[in-house]
Amino acid sequence: MEQFIAVVRILLLLSLIICAVATALSKRVMQALIIFTCYSLIMSVLWLLLRSPDLAITEAAVGAGVDGVLFFLTLRKLHLIDKDEEEAIPEEEEGVKDEN
Amino acid sequence: MNLLHNYEELVAMILFAIGFTMLVFSRNLIKKIMGLNIMDTGVFLFLASMGYVAGKETPIVPPTGQVEAGDYINLIPSGLVLTGIVVSVSVSALMLALTVQLYKRYHTLNLDEIYLKAYGGEK
Amino acid sequence: MKTDLFAHLKEWEEGNWTPDQGQAEASSLGPREEKEIKEPKKKIIRSLEKKELHISAVQYRVISVIVCLILSLVLIGTVNFLPGFADEDTPTTNEVYEHYIEEGRDQTGAVNTVAGMILDYRAFDTLGESFVLFTATVAVLLLLEYKKEGKKKREDGLDYRLDPIVYALAKFLIPIILVVGIYILFNGHLSPGGGFSGGAVLGGGFILYAMVFGEEKAVRVLSEKTVKIVSIASLSFYCLAKSYSFFTGNEFNGVHSVIGPGNPGDLLSGGLILPLNLAVGFVVCCTMYSFYMLFKRGRLD
Repeated sequence: MEQFIAVVRILLLLSLIICAVATALSKRVMQALIIFTCYSLIMSVLWLLLRSPDLAITEAAVGAGVDGVLFFLTLRKLHLIDKDEEEAIPEEEEGVKDEN
Repeated sequence: MNLLHNYEELVAMILFAIGFTMLVFSRNLIKKIMGLNIMDTGVFLFLASMGYVAGKETPIVPPTGQVEAGDYINLIPSGLVLTGIVVSVSVSALMLALTVQLYKRYHTLNLDEIYLKAYGGEK
Repeated sequence: MKTDLFAHLKEWEEGNWTPDQGQAEASSLGPREEKEIKEPKKKIIRSLEKKELHISAVQYRVISVIVCLILSLVLIGTVNFLPGFADEDTPTTNEVYEHYIEEGRDQTGAVNTVAGMILDYRAFDTLGESFVLFTATVAVLLLLEYKKEGKKKREDGLDYRLDPIVYALAKFLIPIILVVGIYILFNGHLSPGGGFSGGAVLGGGFILYAMVFGEEKAVRVLSEKTVKIVSIASLSFYCLAKSYSFFTGNEFNGVHSVIGPGNPGDLLSGGLILPLNLAVGFVVCCTMYSFYMLFKRGRLD
């Protein structure tokens, strides 16, 4: 059992690194955001293996829930959901101008 | 070798380095904020793995009877990280709000363009 | 004259004409023309700045590659000299942790020693933490708030009430999420969780409600006034309760707290830990909910 948990832990840590690298390398911001949410979810399982269930609850609610929603809302507010990271200067958007 | 024995701390350090690289290299402000969040989680993972001891239990003691400290993991790092996770959300919310304001003013998220528009006389 | 000048300016920009030629032809230029000549100079300065920026970007990249590499190597090298992962005798497992676990239950009355630590031994730290959350809410409010008269129309097709899957699932899930959040809040001193976790779960439930059923319906549950009153009342209660235990906790001035640790394991035990958990949870919940509302609508009501 100990061996099995150690293998699971190493697999989770590896996927954590893969998720972090994918977040850094993905061209679209929306893609990076979705991978980042998966990253938080893996992290919350890892907290459980580190015998800290309160951290797992908090990370699952905060990192995977609220943080992702805030990033998503920002992207939607800036009309950048389906745009590349290197998008230079978008047209002046209606929604953004309205709010000024 | 100690490096492979401390694999959890090693991953935490690698995550911190990835987050720092993202923070430094990415031109996009939102990607920068994600990098800062990854740095945060790296630090949290490091702290929590310092408190973990193999084969010991969550620090929730029985209501009665003698309590042996040797049966439970170290609880101080998890107390520190618990508050840190919630604060990291408020930090990223504040930074996102600042990003929205920057975008409203300069219509771009690229830091170089913002610099040019702010100091190059362009508006 | 004006079109002439503009043609000259264009030529100058392309490099076929210099101001000296114009000087030779027309000996005196009015102040207005001089001003217009400054315009292309500005452009040249700007292009120079762009070039400089390009050079500095290259420098920046080189320097940051070096810095990142050095930082990573130093960090990974440090891991080599750390005490072993999951080992028993590390410097972190010292007498402080032994005291918290062995005496914590009898001194604070909390079975969950983490809650006992962060809300009794280190309660002032948590107070500062809650104020950080409140300050962040206020800062986001200042940055994102806008008042707009009239009703704002729903911008795009993101009305989840028309989506059968999301609607049915949310209707089923929201009560469960809220009940789980309240359970975590109230059992913070007995089971894993507490103020921060329970507040985050509650806030997530309210965010889901506002997302699916619309913000107009959500503000009927948690209006601006409610959010303000709840968060400020929770913070003031925290301050007062901890001041009370600060003044009565000293055994030398002869005043003793009337709130004892109680019977460990009961719901109503642990002295001030349960009300403090509730206060922290409400602050966290209000913070998460107001972040969502401010990012979505720009206002809380």
